[in-house]
Amino acid sequence: MSPDLPLLIAKATFDTLRMVAIAGLIGSLIGLPIGIFLATSGKGELFPAPNINRLVGLIVNATRSTPFIILVVAIIPFTRLVTGTSIGTKAAIVPLTIATIPFFARLVEAAIRDIDKGLIEAARAMGATPTQIVFKVLLAEARPALTLALTMTIVSLIGYSAMVGAVGGGGLGDLGIRYGYQRFRPDVMLIVVIVLIVLVQLVQSAGDRLARRFDKRSRKN
Amino acid sequence: MTASVPKPLSDDVSVAFQGVSKCFAASGESGAFTALNNVDLNVGRGSITGIIGRSGAGKSTLIRLVNGLEKPSSGKVLVDGVDVGALDEAGLRNLRRSVGMIFQHFNLLSSRTVFGNVALPLEIAGIDRRAIEARVRPLLDLVGLADKHARYPAELSGGQKQRIGIARALATEPKLLLSDEATSALDPETTQSILELLKRINAELGLTVLLITHEMEVVKAVTSDVAVIDKGEIVERGHTFDVFTHPRHETTRALLSGLPGSKLPDAVARGLKPAPSVGDRAVVRLTFFGATAERPLVSQLIKSVGAEVNIIAGTIDEIGGKPYGSLVVAYAADAETSGRAERFFTENGLVTEVLGYVA
Ligand SMILES: Nc1ncnc2c1ncn2[C@@H]1O[C@H](COP(=O)(O)OP(=O)(O)OP(=O)(O)O)[C@@H](O)[C@H]1O
Ligand SMILES: [Mg+2]
Repeated sequence: MSPDLPLLIAKATFDTLRMVAIAGLIGSLIGLPIGIFLATSGKGELFPAPNINRLVGLIVNATRSTPFIILVVAIIPFTRLVTGTSIGTKAAIVPLTIATIPFFARLVEAAIRDIDKGLIEAARAMGATPTQIVFKVLLAEARPALTLALTMTIVSLIGYSAMVGAVGGGGLGDLGIRYGYQRFRPDVMLIVVIVLIVLVQLVQSAGDRLARRFDKRSRKN
Repeated sequence: MTASVPKPLSDDVSVAFQGVSKCFAASGESGAFTALNNVDLNVGRGSITGIIGRSGAGKSTLIRLVNGLEKPSSGKVLVDGVDVGALDEAGLRNLRRSVGMIFQHFNLLSSRTVFGNVALPLEIAGIDRRAIEARVRPLLDLVGLADKHARYPAELSGGQKQRIGIARALATEPKLLLSDEATSALDPETTQSILELLKRINAELGLTVLLITHEMEVVKAVTSDVAVIDKGEIVERGHTFDVFTHPRHETTRALLSGLPGSKLPDAVARGLKPAPSVGDRAVVRLTFFGATAERPLVSQLIKSVGAEVNIIAGTIDEIGGKPYGSLVVAYAADAETSGRAERFFTENGLVTEVLGYVA
């Protein structure tokens, strides 16, 4: 082991965390309203706009079915426009964010559609506006499911962020490819994989615990 | 659709349906469907009015018209004289804040405590926290669940959940309470306690209650007035006592036959024939109420008709606070015995119905 290896790994881990955090934050902030819109704008729903709903759904599907690596390459001009560069950690955040938006939006949509229609009916009968229904009923009731959706999104993001390493994105994936693969250092590859596994585990169990805390649907304590 | 000119509304009508029809547009395979057909009905202010009918008769559709969750295809629904169909969204929201509603499956928010659930309609109405606090506490007292204010719905029994549903429906101090099968998910005992609560609220707060159900027991226990709905049409209506004691429509009779005491034992029901042959016995239902319910009729009946009277089924009950009895007896169907029996019934002012004949 070279003496600077721990430093390299620490730096790569930090880069990965930064990419995941920023892309996760921006992506889910944009994905959330899109998901809410998808779940509430069908025919006869709270904000009926079936045509726009279908259009947004189409765009979301198209983005989601594009393989991530192709997405990274395809949006290089846009990435350069936003960050001024097409390689490195900062540049990688752009495609990661773009991939997060539709992913999270669909999970949000599913979480909201899962809520008992009787609750919407009850809120309507109380004289709630559609906006009040979204904030006081839908988002409140979906909180455990939304927490799990966010967890799942971050876990996927960690995987994607390793992938952008293949195209010069920085972070753990980049380290694994450059040292582990190109310089035949299986020990580095192993450490990279272990760090990724630990990260995913940490995120998953923290998310599960939080979701359980929010979930009041079953008797416990 | 209706040709009748709407009658001027007297002050004591809370909800008026005037020639109301509701068609659901065709969707996919199924064609357009008429769920309600030319319904005329007045709900008296301060009454507990029941609407009873079989599954799919249109009960939910009817009650949802009252707070505008559904729009009539034709006709008018008036709540305190206001045409619900003519209100815009803001007007509807205002109306809904003065009309409470409770549901079969309670529809409580699992993410909110008992307190939070009852507070929800007040938050929606934009009332400040302090006022909400002051309003919710007495409501929880009223429904007997003040000690559960910090619990979540998942920690409550069905009956307790419905009490919370009722407290929530009363939060905005409505004049009218709509109940859509509020006791259908509850056991008989819990049902009774919820019905008692509704009765108390009706008496103490002067609240009009419009409740729909498919259970005659519920209608019998709490309502002062009832309407029977069948395939989207009101087929019978009146004071509950009258409808129970003199059911005219076949659907009403069928619904009533489910009540305990009015059901014939299977062995008798199976052998029932529409016309007598020699040696058969007539099966007759006697209905008595008010003063007749208190006289020793059975012994007198046996004295005047002869010892050959047997009792097949019977019940003594109270409907709308009035005593009411029903007795099914059988006696020889020959002309002489029947003649004596009929004389006895007429003399005593009993309502009778020949159910059939058995060997
Ligand atoms: N949104 C709708 N679209 C089409 N048909 C509907 C709709 N809502 C109700 N119906 C139909 O209208 C009829 C009456 O329905 P409704 O829910 O009022 O019955 P109900 O008397 O409340 O029955 P239940 O006792 O089962 O609740 C049913 O045949 C139902 O299929
Ligand atoms: Mg119904």
